[in-house]
Amino acid sequence: MPQTPFTALTAAGVPLDSANVDTDQVIPARFLKYPRSDTSWTFLFHDLRLRPDGSENPDFILSNEPYKSKGRILVADRNFGCGSSRESAVYALQDWGFRAVIAPSFGDIFFNNSFKNGFLPIRLRTEVCNALRQDLHDAPGAEIAIDVEAQTVTGPDGVAHSFELDDFRKYCLTRGLDDIDFTLEQTRKIDAFERDNRPSWLGHNA
Amino acid sequence: MPQTQFEKIWDAHVIESRPDGQTLLYVDRHLLHEGSFHGFEYLDQRDMPVRRPGQSFAVADHYIPTTSRNLADTEDDVARSLITRLEANAAKHGVSHFGIDSESQGIVHVIGPEQGITLPGLLIVCGDSHTATHGALGAYAFGIGASEVTHVLATQTLWQMKPKAMRISVDGARPAGVTGKDVILAIIAQISAAGATGHAVEFAGSLIRDLSMEERMTVCNMTIEAGGRAGMIAPDEKTFAYIKGRRYAPDGEDWDKALAAWLALPSDEGAVFDAEVTLDGTAIRPMLTWGTSPEQAAALADTVPDPANAPNAEKAEEWRDALDYIGLTAGQHFRDVAVDKVFIGSCTNSRIEDLRAAAAVLKGRQVQVKQALVSPGSFLVKKQAEAEGLDRIFKEAGFEWRESGCSMCVGMNGDLAERGERVASTSNRNFRGRQGQGVRTHLVSPASAAAAAITGHFADPRDFA
Repeated sequence: MPQTPFTALTAAGVPLDSANVDTDQVIPARFLKYPRSDTSWTFLFHDLRLRPDGSENPDFILSNEPYKSKGRILVADRNFGCGSSRESAVYALQDWGFRAVIAPSFGDIFFNNSFKNGFLPIRLRTEVCNALRQDLHDAPGAEIAIDVEAQTVTGPDGVAHSFELDDFRKYCLTRGLDDIDFTLEQTRKIDAFERDNRPSWLGHNA
Repeated sequence: MPQTQFEKIWDAHVIESRPDGQTLLYVDRHLLHEGSFHGFEYLDQRDMPVRRPGQSFAVADHYIPTTSRNLADTEDDVARSLITRLEANAAKHGVSHFGIDSESQGIVHVIGPEQGITLPGLLIVCGDSHTATHGALGAYAFGIGASEVTHVLATQTLWQMKPKAMRISVDGARPAGVTGKDVILAIIAQISAAGATGHAVEFAGSLIRDLSMEERMTVCNMTIEAGGRAGMIAPDEKTFAYIKGRRYAPDGEDWDKALAAWLALPSDEGAVFDAEVTLDGTAIRPMLTWGTSPEQAAALADTVPDPANAPNAEKAEEWRDALDYIGLTAGQHFRDVAVDKVFIGSCTNSRIEDLRAAAAVLKGRQVQVKQALVSPGSFLVKKQAEAEGLDRIFKEAGFEWRESGCSMCVGMNGDLAERGERVASTSNRNFRGRQGQGVRTHLVSPASAAAAAITGHFADPRDFA
């Protein structure tokens, strides 16, 4: 669906130190049956954030201020968002208030799902991510600046780091566009492909 | 120039390539389950039709009860509404639907191959990360999110960046008692849970060729647990024999044409992969996972690893965290670890060969755990198992003989274990909380799950063959 355009953001970062944070941690499967609503934010990191009795787990970073109220940019470790294809992992992060996540690497499906929702996953080198997380621990509430057009992330120390972003995604992200509209403009090419390029042996069971 | 199988399939589906690498690909077949409600909702919000309803197939698997084929037994009204919504959405848009009472119902990744929907050379997608399963037949198949589901419904295409190509070769004679599940767990243990990220993986080598079709599905199924976008295996005579005669497979003249096309699919001699991994198949033993990531796996005959021996400080910390959650101590023999529950099922290991392997261990023995549950992968798998008398073996041993569904792999239908319980499971993910909050999941093969069930602790299935 069309999104709010994402061109630049300067906001508090939240360091999440674990590697391989899978989408079952981001949003447990039992919440997937509910439609997205104004309480969906409560699903985010539910079983890490809350104890079995429902009280907040102070050992989890997002239970603590100023991260809890101000955090808009998550800085994670390698293979963030691995596992299930649930797009609700992106919804939960967004509904909490996050707009971007920075990590050395991501689960492929999570990475793709993010862009479809105007949520920005940024790959930076492991050492850079480690340093950013350390800065955010040392100075809780410290801000990170993301410039989508320039493709840079500037840490609390003022050092800018470039990130990769293909033109297509940048175009959609900065304009809040949905790729379906773009694809529908290619309908004649799709028609032609169906006419000329599909295997004849698929027959009526195409 | 010599090409990989992946490149051949990719190239055959390109509608348009942009200079920045984004490529519009044609989708041959699209599989849907209850989780697709977001996708249909977006479609409805835009008031768009499904472009090619004949190329989508819908089946309820994630939320359906396994205790009966009665919707009234669904866990709650919300879950029930997702099952009925899938049926309504399929009917509204003219998509084939295999409902709860259909003989074609089953776990989406079991019925794709079973119905002949999955064929070599096709590009197949599904809003589920285990879609890589279908690559076992030589398809390029991968999981997508809800927005991409909408995109496929609306346009029968997807924008993709081309992944790199990786070949994982497993050579050597397969040791007795080693299954496809053990092979893929050994692979993930070697390359890590992110070892194949950004890659389309081809599994090759003499041991892979030696696997049955169903074992190949198990191997490809878990490619995603190594981070791979897709897993695939070159189609061969076993593949063609498996496909022939299935409901949606080509027949007559179409079969001959298809066969000619499929024979040209395997990677050419000299094709270059971006990454190559090799494993000595003769060294693989029956495996289990001991932690909370599929990469944390070891041989059942071994002991719990010591974080002090981890390759680096970061890994040591991860291992300590995992052992803390899973409740194991370094140096403990796995055979001394008691198991509370056993689950045999899921898109990874619920096919007829899986049930036969488990039944061979169970025959004449009694379950020694609190609960043991088996959910055949489809209506047809269940029917076949019952024709062979496997259901009696399971039931006489003390297993609950359930209906098909995703069941306790992900617990969305309410099939869950209790906090602190240890489960030997034939599923694909040992993530924290996957089978219930605080539940400890160990991934094993069906034979190893059966061995745990009858001994009450982890055991080497080769002792019960």
